[in-house]
Amino acid sequence: MEPELPVRMQSLHVSFSYGEKKVLHDINLDIYQNRVTAIIGPSGCGKSTFIRLLNRMNDLIPDTRLEGQILLDGNDIYQPGVDPVEIRRKVGMVFQKPNPFPKTIFDNVAYGLVVKGVRDRCLIQNVVESCLKKSALWSEVKDRLHENALTLSGGQQQRLCIARCLAVEPEVVLFDEPCASLDPIATQRIEELIDELKKEYTIVIVTHNMQQAARVSDYTAFLLMGELVEFGHTEKVFTVPSSKKTEEYLAGKFG
Amino acid sequence: MILTLLLLGTILWFIIIRGYPVLSWEFLTTGPREGMTSGGISPAIVGTFYLVIGSLLIACPLGIGCAIYLCEFNPPGLLVNVIRASINNLAGVPSVVFGLFGLAVFVKLFRFGVSILSGSLTLAILSLPLIISASQEALLAIPRSLREASLALGATRWQTIRHAVLPAAFPRILTGLILAVGRVSGETAPIMFTAATFYAPGYPHSIFSEVMALPYHIYGLMTEGLYPEKQIPIAYGCALILLILVLSVSSSAIVLRHRYRKTYGA
Repeated sequence: MEPELPVRMQSLHVSFSYGEKKVLHDINLDIYQNRVTAIIGPSGCGKSTFIRLLNRMNDLIPDTRLEGQILLDGNDIYQPGVDPVEIRRKVGMVFQKPNPFPKTIFDNVAYGLVVKGVRDRCLIQNVVESCLKKSALWSEVKDRLHENALTLSGGQQQRLCIARCLAVEPEVVLFDEPCASLDPIATQRIEELIDELKKEYTIVIVTHNMQQAARVSDYTAFLLMGELVEFGHTEKVFTVPSSKKTEEYLAGKFG
Repeated sequence: MILTLLLLGTILWFIIIRGYPVLSWEFLTTGPREGMTSGGISPAIVGTFYLVIGSLLIACPLGIGCAIYLCEFNPPGLLVNVIRASINNLAGVPSVVFGLFGLAVFVKLFRFGVSILSGSLTLAILSLPLIISASQEALLAIPRSLREASLALGATRWQTIRHAVLPAAFPRILTGLILAVGRVSGETAPIMFTAATFYAPGYPHSIFSEVMALPYHIYGLMTEGLYPEKQIPIAYGCALILLILVLSVSSSAIVLRHRYRKTYGA
């Protein structure tokens, strides 16, 4: 048994509603440092909604209500007075569809630094290079950094979005179905990358794909109809699930 | 379709045939002489240029700002409806009414006199609905995912607009601006009482000078003066120059839109 790692983020009795419609019910789960936590479940179970709560992306949607607490290093990120911009710098996010800016590859990665107010060209250059290396894209783009990012393939665009996210130096990285629009080879590269990144970062990944969760994650949370059915070590969840529902879902009986 | 082309072709042909003979380097670079019966139209070209630039300087920040407010800051629904209704109504007002409004407000009330400033302000109001709706469309075409990408990288809402949304929307906004230039440069009625004069000695020297302008110059040549047989050919030359200006401005908008489609696949 490995020693328990420090808990980086915590969800305490989290419920969430869009208007009158409650989509998450009393979610309690811990996110461990330098581990990959996968959130699985059928479409519409609230997994994307949940992961977007972790960096306050749902703030943008009007008429929503959150109950409970989400802690980052023990502090409630929804407390009044907490700047969502600060939270998003610590908790980065990679989205379902690659969404590079219609700018050059270089400017995409430099974006987070520029809005942070960094003006030192030399520093920016170093960060861009190191982040593109971390996201395993450097060798493919080093001679075309000043081309439009939209000329890249879908898989390359997604790795660019990862590099862009890392440039802000987050502590936690959220992946919201990062491979949903990618082919198997590109998917494999992203998965290898996630495995590499967990040495430095704490990772949460939402995925529709159970095999992917089994491959990349250390912990798995299974959500169903907005409720957390099961949470534990991935190995345990996939081999000896404690809930009948999880067993049925993993066996492909629904979902 | 063919009929439309035929019509456009006929107009062009007619203007070119009548206007071409008077075109010369001198026509473009000198002022009118001998009581408008000979010489060129350069003060009118320069005047139109000043009026267009002036109106853009005023209408751009206002129009784009208004569109940003409407699209990005989710103002209360009632306010949006009121603003939208005003914009639509503004777009439907006949241009001569803008002219009278400009005369009453800018020329008289604000005491700017018949000047580039009054004319630019009047033309700015005229082009405002055009610029607002073009900018609004450009901003609405930017997907939410782009805004989310920026916010997730720790940008504030304003930084997101400034660094992500506006640059992505810029080509479309620019297309709208260019179309507004085409519209503004050809308008006669709004500047008739606010900026234009039939004859000005030399070029304008401040924003409070009255100016000659191409559309008004045509109008003047056709309705004033004592030698219509000498003035009418000049008017056609003037019309040809105006047409070339407006058409080249609009076609540059088309080229721009095309290039934008190629780059961003939108």
